[in-house]
Amino acid sequence: MHRIDRLGVLLSFVGALALALLPLVVFKANRIVPGEPRALLDLVPTAALALYFTLAVAAGVAVFIQSPRVRLLAALIGIAALAVAVASAADILTPAGNRVVRVAPGAAFWIVLIALGLLATDALTRLRPGPVLRVATLVIFLAATLTALGSGFFDDLSIMREYAVNATRFAHEARRHLLLALGSLAAAVIVALPLGVLCHRQPRLRNAVLGVLNVVQTIPSIALFGILMAPLAAMALAFPALAALGLSGIGAAPAAIALFLYSLLPIVGNTVVGLGRVSPAAVDAARGMGLTDGQVLRQIELPLALPTILTGVRIVLVQNIGMVTIAALIGGGGFGAFVFQGIGQTAIDLVLLGAIPTVVLAFSAAVVLDALTDLTRRMPR
Amino acid sequence: MSRPALGARLAVLGLLIAFLVAPQAFAPVFAPLNDYGAPAIYDQGNVLELALSHLWLVLIAAAASTVVAVALGIFVTRPAGAQFLPLSRTLVNVGQTFPPVAVLAVAVPLVGFGQAPTLIALFAYGLLPIFENTIAGLESCPPPVLEAADGMGMNAWQRLRQVELPLALPLIMEGVRLSLVINVGTATLGSTVAARGLGEVIIAGLLSNNTAFVLQGGLVTALMAILLYDGMRLLEQRFVPVARN
Repeated sequence: MHRIDRLGVLLSFVGALALALLPLVVFKANRIVPGEPRALLDLVPTAALALYFTLAVAAGVAVFIQSPRVRLLAALIGIAALAVAVASAADILTPAGNRVVRVAPGAAFWIVLIALGLLATDALTRLRPGPVLRVATLVIFLAATLTALGSGFFDDLSIMREYAVNATRFAHEARRHLLLALGSLAAAVIVALPLGVLCHRQPRLRNAVLGVLNVVQTIPSIALFGILMAPLAAMALAFPALAALGLSGIGAAPAAIALFLYSLLPIVGNTVVGLGRVSPAAVDAARGMGLTDGQVLRQIELPLALPTILTGVRIVLVQNIGMVTIAALIGGGGFGAFVFQGIGQTAIDLVLLGAIPTVVLAFSAAVVLDALTDLTRRMPR
Repeated sequence: MSRPALGARLAVLGLLIAFLVAPQAFAPVFAPLNDYGAPAIYDQGNVLELALSHLWLVLIAAAASTVVAVALGIFVTRPAGAQFLPLSRTLVNVGQTFPPVAVLAVAVPLVGFGQAPTLIALFAYGLLPIFENTIAGLESCPPPVLEAADGMGMNAWQRLRQVELPLALPLIMEGVRLSLVINVGTATLGSTVAARGLGEVIIAGLLSNNTAFVLQGGLVTALMAILLYDGMRLLEQRFVPVARN
């Protein structure tokens, strides 16, 4: 049976077009000049031929083979071949000991990578892995990528060069990024959960609270960061004890508070929705068994509402990880520091050094929390 | 919308227009925020012009993302596009994890500074809610209704135009409104890559430590988002006939 897969046709067509028209490797005399394309076939003939062969096989699989496992395997091998070919080209192009020239992946690299990534994603989606398997896949993929990057094989690529220059700062910004995103989430859960329960009980309070939080959500993040700077600076000035604790108008404090405020709506809202969906019969039955209000809430209502609440937590965590990048504008640190520094210097490699880890972090958070939500849905009650 | 709620919206709209047309009249309100004699009202450009440029960016991007997202949504729910449906669902999920700053920053080297990278980021960001809601709307059409349409001899195109799209319209419009509100806020980030918009007011305030500027930029943006959302809903209630059961 040779049924043709339309998605495979589209992806193969786009990938082939990119390979024909755009460069796979770009050579830059230094980190900010625009690059000039280099032909892979002239630089590393063997690796280039191996890559074209692998990609042709992957395209064939994408078009003609239906089995998701085979498609996934073809996509992953294609990605590996792509990375190896470009890295060996970078190795050849970089004079030994030269720290100025940059060899960056070209437009065709990114397009083919996206096409292969889509093929892999589609195969994974069709396999419908369970929550545990999804997290395991993520962990294996991250571990493999980190091992490959740590092996030194890719060190001549421009982004890894940028990383080598910023390695200490990278670890620091990564910690800062995680701390801001997770800390404001934790604070928001502590406040929003009880608030959500109260709102569920009191319809009048619900309208007021959700109305205010909805308005907060429309304030653009850079403005909210800025608005919080003045009162915090004034507080730090008035109470030296607070200043000694690290509170100040610029930096992490306004960022953490702004993130906290943005985090409230999704959690309060989803707590209210989740509790509202708990069937009155279940609550009545629990009351009939002699459970007190607190017991009903803890043992019946909250466990039943948990998947919906976790969905709210997922929205907040993903949103926070993205929004921390903006905190860099007010000295809050995080990966955004690299992004804005890169925009300022028109150094795309530095931008990517900030942007790629942010996306990976947000994506991983989404996968893990989705899996958690699925697990709580399945829990025997 | 109830009468007092409508009145409140109109009052807010009046206030917003008054501020945009004659910002200096509001100087006494903002003056207490700056105690060292800094200007109380944004004075490095015309706020009205910035607001209009901001709104224009958002509306163009929204129009483009609506057309593309609805077309794609229709495509993946037809038999011809069914093979793309599982992937597009995943993509909507993955796409939402991309921070807007990252999209903006990656677009700059491709198209240069200015309006273009902002338009790209707003367009890409606006696609997701509309696409998601278009699929949800088209898939929620009850099968008996579709069968009835087929039974009346409608072809696929007629069924889509006369039955499916009207039924999906409320959800699609909800997606458009959501994407507009998100993008009015996101567009302020465009000012970090030199697009003209209200972000300029906020960033000028951040750079000169002028809270009044930041507050003005933030408030005007937030009010625009709220009014746009409510205005769209009002228009929809007025002009779009909704099938009620």
